[in-house]
Amino acid sequence: MDQIILQILNGLDKGSAYALIALGLTLIFGTLGVVNFAHGALFMLGAFCAVVLSRLLSWSHTVVDETRTDFLGNPLKVEVPYVYDIFGEATGAAIIDWAVPLAILFSIPIMVLIGVIMERGLIKHFYKRAHADQILVTFGLAIVLQEVIKYYFGASQIPTPAPEAFVGSFDFGAAVGLDANKIIYPYWRIVYFCFAMVVIAAVFAFLQFTTFGMVVRAGMADRETVQLLGIDIDKRFTLMFGIAAAVAGLAGVMYTPILAPNYHMGMDFLVISFVVVVVGGMGSLPGAVLAGFVLGILESFASMREVIEFLPGINQVVIYLAAILILLTRPRGLMGRKGVMED
Amino acid sequence: MLGLTKKDFGLLLIVAVLVIAAPILLNPFPVDSSMAQFNAGYPDLMQRFVIFGIFAIGFNILFGLTGYLSFGHAAFLGCGSYAGMWMLKLLSINVIPAIIFSVIIAGILSLAIGWISLRRSGIYFSILTLAFAQMAFSLAASVLTPITGGETGLQTSLSDPRILPEFLGGGSSDGGNIPKPSLFGIEMGASWDVAVGPWLWTFNWGYYIAGIVMLISFYIAIRLFRSPFGLMLKAVKSNQHRMSYTGLNTKPYMLACFVISGMFAGLAGGLMAAMDPQVGAERMQWTASGEVVLMTILGGAGTLIGPVLGAGLIKYFENIFSKINKATLEGWFAFMPDGMSDFFVTIVYPFVGKGWHLTLGLMFMAVIIFLPGGLVELGQRFGRLFKRKSATPAGETTPAE
Repeated sequence: MDQIILQILNGLDKGSAYALIALGLTLIFGTLGVVNFAHGALFMLGAFCAVVLSRLLSWSHTVVDETRTDFLGNPLKVEVPYVYDIFGEATGAAIIDWAVPLAILFSIPIMVLIGVIMERGLIKHFYKRAHADQILVTFGLAIVLQEVIKYYFGASQIPTPAPEAFVGSFDFGAAVGLDANKIIYPYWRIVYFCFAMVVIAAVFAFLQFTTFGMVVRAGMADRETVQLLGIDIDKRFTLMFGIAAAVAGLAGVMYTPILAPNYHMGMDFLVISFVVVVVGGMGSLPGAVLAGFVLGILESFASMREVIEFLPGINQVVIYLAAILILLTRPRGLMGRKGVMED
Repeated sequence: MLGLTKKDFGLLLIVAVLVIAAPILLNPFPVDSSMAQFNAGYPDLMQRFVIFGIFAIGFNILFGLTGYLSFGHAAFLGCGSYAGMWMLKLLSINVIPAIIFSVIIAGILSLAIGWISLRRSGIYFSILTLAFAQMAFSLAASVLTPITGGETGLQTSLSDPRILPEFLGGGSSDGGNIPKPSLFGIEMGASWDVAVGPWLWTFNWGYYIAGIVMLISFYIAIRLFRSPFGLMLKAVKSNQHRMSYTGLNTKPYMLACFVISGMFAGLAGGLMAAMDPQVGAERMQWTASGEVVLMTILGGAGTLIGPVLGAGLIKYFENIFSKINKATLEGWFAFMPDGMSDFFVTIVYPFVGKGWHLTLGLMFMAVIIFLPGGLVELGQRFGRLFKRKSATPAGETTPAE
């Protein structure tokens, strides 16, 4: 029992990341009909938004501290971040500590902007071309984005810790009345899961309860009719691309304490997130979320010791195996709509 | 000649001449000049040119003819490499059984993967091949360690059985050295140098053997493109549904095409193992599959010569272009006034040397956006510019869609 709960919990945080990326991918596919291989790169850009913000916040200038001396007897030079000057030392330190959550606010406008530029500058020209061309050009774009990041930030991982308050683990077993010390779970992963749920809920609420969302849904169902009604659907779809980019970016921002960002993290997640989308059903938003969590949990169950002893190597391939099985037996994926990319 | 039209035979002849003369053509700079580091005519790199050429030719048979975009071709390459390595270890250090066996094993694997993946098309086909290749990679790196050597990879060693007798090129390990892969006693690494004036040219056995294999592959590819089978595949590409309506089952054609393409990849893998007897799982990673996609598209998918050009270009970038560093750049821009040269160095630097991937990505995007026919189309457009106007419309060759 403990084991099962633990594995489900372990699967949740990875599953949340898969679900968020797949949600963004599906938004793009559902609205614009474009297969975006650069989506992993957007996830990576989000993570680097957090890196940039934490560097900006700890941007400092040198101050000579007369009260202390270094080992040569000269007055000690201290690096003081500018935030300390503005907000005072205590608040300043707290702001730097909370760089990752703050990066959420910082990253949304940036990611939306990147998404809009991407759509207007590049993707727009590919609506009428074959899916293979869309895959290829976005794959090229992913390489370019990744190399730009590598040029500015180097090839090594950049550790970006979570705020002090969330470091450490939480005894989940004791909290729900099971044996203590059996189910230990890091705080940040709980935060990540809750965050993912909030973002997913926000996206669904936006699509379901706002006029804008209604028009977008109508456009997804029948683009031509919406255009005939005199609505500039292209403009809204462009914004949806920006929102999808922001969702991927947010997934990346909050993932930085779990996995220190490096330039190729996008490519690592890309393959799996495509598998997730296909399993969920191309173009189905709930399908993408469901498949994200299912595959995340499946992966963590497959890495249990008992399972590995029984089927060696299963933890490495379970996601792909599941994808192959689903694609062959249920061509539409788990929750795919009829008639969407069904060949 | 050889069952080819005059034009195709000319193309084959040009490629043959290029392959034979490559050690000279790729070493345009004298040995002691400062540009000598940009000579690409060393055996290791030339071998890679032709081997990746074979890989790309094989990929193009699938993608260029049928339009099915496989993102898992590296699995066949890696599988061929492993199979070849095992033959070198078990049978004989002679490369012939290794190469033959690698083609067969890759063929079997591609038959299995193709049979399943070809049940779907479009993006689903890409994802299925990608998933299979990633599975192969993960398994090779973890559970299959007894066969694949896991993370450390597979090498030849002194204690290998090598059961075939020595006159078949078995290669003995009596001297205490690990025997090197050879063809009836001719070592793959053996080469001879020719110095002409300040130039030094290295002619390498392994390169020429791989080169001959590539010419044969190229010939097969031409025949395939021109055959009724090739036409059938092109018909599948333009409209598969309509093909089905005419009462034709396209599946066997597609599967045959996929297997042939996989066998080419296996051949490339086997040659790779023969030239440099060590294999690691990273050869199967999906980025390696992405590389062959880049090569084929960059050169020109669906054209005959394109993939070979693309393979050469990418390998040249990877090995030579990546050597340009800041000092070299400063040397090149030294003729300018100080401030201006600094400015140009700063502008250009991110795109060269270690940033070669960036240039490659930008080039790739440019090709997809503006030149769907790749470098070959670029060449054709330039050719048309210089031709007389009247000659253009009739003699125009379109790169097979």
